[in-house]
Amino acid sequence: MSTHPTLTGSEILWATLAGEGTTTVFGYPGGAILPIYDALRKFPSIHHVLVRHEQGASHMADGYARASGKVGVCMATSGPGATNLVTGLATAMLDSIPMVAITGQVSSKVLGSDAFQEVDITGITLPITKHNFLVTKAEDIAPTVRLAFQIARSGRPGPVLVDITKDAQQASAVFDFDMSKPKPYRPHPMLSAEDTSIREALALVKAAKRPVILAGHGIVESGAQREVIQFAETLQIPIASTLLGLGAIPAAHPLQLGMMGMHGESWVNNAIQQADLLLAFGMRFDDRVTGNLAHYSPNSKKIHVEIDPSEVNKNVRADVALIGDLKEVLNLLFPLMTAEIGELKADHIAWIKEINASKGTAAVRDIINLPDNGHLYAAHVIHDIWREAQAAGRLEQTIIVTDVGQHQMWEAQYFKHEAPRSLVTSGGLGTMGFALPAAIGAQMACPEKDVWVIAGDGGFQMTASELSTIVQEQLPINVAVINNGFLGMVRQWQETFYDKNYSASPILSPDFVMLANAHGIDATNVSQRADVTPTVTKARTSGKPFLINFAVEKEDGVYPMIAPGAALHEMVRRPVHDPLLETAEDE
Amino acid sequence: MLHTFVALVDDKPGVLTRVASLFRRLSINIVSLTVGESERSDASRMTIVCEAPENAAHRIRASLYKLETTIHVDEVNRAEAVVRELCLIKVAAGPQHPHGVHSRSQIFELATVFRARIVDLAPESVMLEMTGSASKIEGLLQVLRETGYDVLEVSRTGRMAMRRGLHTSRVLKALGTKADSSPLNEPTTDILDLDPDALPEDDKLPTEFD
Repeated sequence: MSTHPTLTGSEILWATLAGEGTTTVFGYPGGAILPIYDALRKFPSIHHVLVRHEQGASHMADGYARASGKVGVCMATSGPGATNLVTGLATAMLDSIPMVAITGQVSSKVLGSDAFQEVDITGITLPITKHNFLVTKAEDIAPTVRLAFQIARSGRPGPVLVDITKDAQQASAVFDFDMSKPKPYRPHPMLSAEDTSIREALALVKAAKRPVILAGHGIVESGAQREVIQFAETLQIPIASTLLGLGAIPAAHPLQLGMMGMHGESWVNNAIQQADLLLAFGMRFDDRVTGNLAHYSPNSKKIHVEIDPSEVNKNVRADVALIGDLKEVLNLLFPLMTAEIGELKADHIAWIKEINASKGTAAVRDIINLPDNGHLYAAHVIHDIWREAQAAGRLEQTIIVTDVGQHQMWEAQYFKHEAPRSLVTSGGLGTMGFALPAAIGAQMACPEKDVWVIAGDGGFQMTASELSTIVQEQLPINVAVINNGFLGMVRQWQETFYDKNYSASPILSPDFVMLANAHGIDATNVSQRADVTPTVTKARTSGKPFLINFAVEKEDGVYPMIAPGAALHEMVRRPVHDPLLETAEDE
Repeated sequence: MLHTFVALVDDKPGVLTRVASLFRRLSINIVSLTVGESERSDASRMTIVCEAPENAAHRIRASLYKLETTIHVDEVNRAEAVVRELCLIKVAAGPQHPHGVHSRSQIFELATVFRARIVDLAPESVMLEMTGSASKIEGLLQVLRETGYDVLEVSRTGRMAMRRGLHTSRVLKALGTKADSSPLNEPTTDILDLDPDALPEDDKLPTEFD
């Protein structure tokens, strides 16, 4: 037994982070966090990434967590440093991402006095963190930070902020990592075979002839891919995925129907509408996947397997709620139903055939089926990035990080994700500017993988300053800017719902190639379909960061689309007389 | 309808804000909220009375459990719990006031009938202390006002509630009643017991989003 050393609060912080397994911290120094940065050099096992804006730090920690499953850590000084983390914390909160944010705070002696760079960050972040702490004593740092990690990764994960006053950073205390361990806890009691809810769930599954599994982000967070696939395969139940659930079930899996919701495929949404049982696995019936709730899957029973009880009966009434970790629940449920499988399968196979038959007409209107007519469509770019990775055998080694908007939906439609954590995207908050910094986090977490940023010309400009961070860290990140000269999704809504009044949606961009070159990043313009694949290959194999500015069709739309207030089956399809398609035919 | 929740929460700074902020976010008005010490040295006990639709109870309870500082939440209704409130009432009772010098003896009589106590006598006023259900307190106030007394000040604590009989939830049983007896690995919520009556009706669900 070694005796426990007396360290400064700053040293205790780094030692605790290291003890929790942190190897990478994304941050930006400043006055109230200087003691912590001073102590950094004593902890060579931790790599600090200097960002260009604290928002970038929070998205990087988020991207790191999404790509690796580990807790992402970011750091900022008090005041403006802390407030710049807010968007990233809210992004992580809405998508249940485990993250710990450390902020410096003014000395406890002047707390509440509007001291220089003082802001009540625990007050500000109260509703956008899973929990937060203000630490004013050096001896509280280790137990608080350890508890923060436990809270961030347990139950339904989320971001936790620890605000540490400057005097706590400077004071000394005895450091005992093991004694600082928080009391482990189970967020919910274990379900057992005797529970009424389990028996009811079994009865519903046995009675169902047209079941659909709704596969959400919870599958990834619970690590329940194998269990869900086993469940679906054994009972022959088709699977529809949420945006954040993409990749949890491989796109190539015969039971995988595709993405549901506002821009989901028609056969997926129709299957949900016509189902007689929905098995919601780790998803929360967000308004973007349900459409009009009054007409949502009207004839189905719903079994909601969910770790957060406050999500149950929030939007959609569950006939049976199974509260708990998805993997645990499925491990309990599955053996109990093996007896009647044979009988069930026959009905389900007929149901799957019916769904597959309904795919027919959908493909006709799909822009991806257009012959190369000299026009470049975003769908083509994304399809070709996917095909290139597949041809190179790198598909499962590719992480796509998207921004928010049209390109995000096209990515979800046309990039076929085969592995969990291969898509990093801001779903709940829909944070523009997320892609570039989140990709830095993802690449730091997975240096061996091919990381692609797919961003629009609008969102890319929000956080483009992080190009410097890419160069500084020598990360071989590839950037595909889908450039249509518009805030595309806004433009599409204005086209559809605001009589084509394109108010503030056309956006001027700099020459992205010159911008990249100014950072020392190789870059090129692509405006012809034939150039896409060779350029993508060049970027992927360059071993260095590479930016491609894809000049795509300006007024393309994402289809199918469900208008706000419309039911899930009332999809707006790509018009047969779409000017884009007509132009294509003319030429 | 009125919902009454009894919550055991960590006795730490900022916990009240977290609870109050949750109701703000759900846009639910708090009718009364009392906080004080409990039988556990590390926990405060809150009784929260709020006005919310009947089907909101599950959501509120589940949201309270989401707070890391929440130990236990129980919704109690009048039938199964003792619900009490403490009220201090200051009534003008000097020679110049409506009932003049007789006012005091009349107030003393009213106090006896309502089982209230006189806790302060000043030249110009009398202070009454009363404990009871909210309706009894409102009864006394109504009588005072209708009889023409000048009620100068009213201070009510808001409701406090405790279930009748020997009642221990599975969570509290697991935690034990003393702070130091908390075992490891025990569930920290009993939200599993979904009350089917608490489920929202389909027509009460929101139907439209932007």
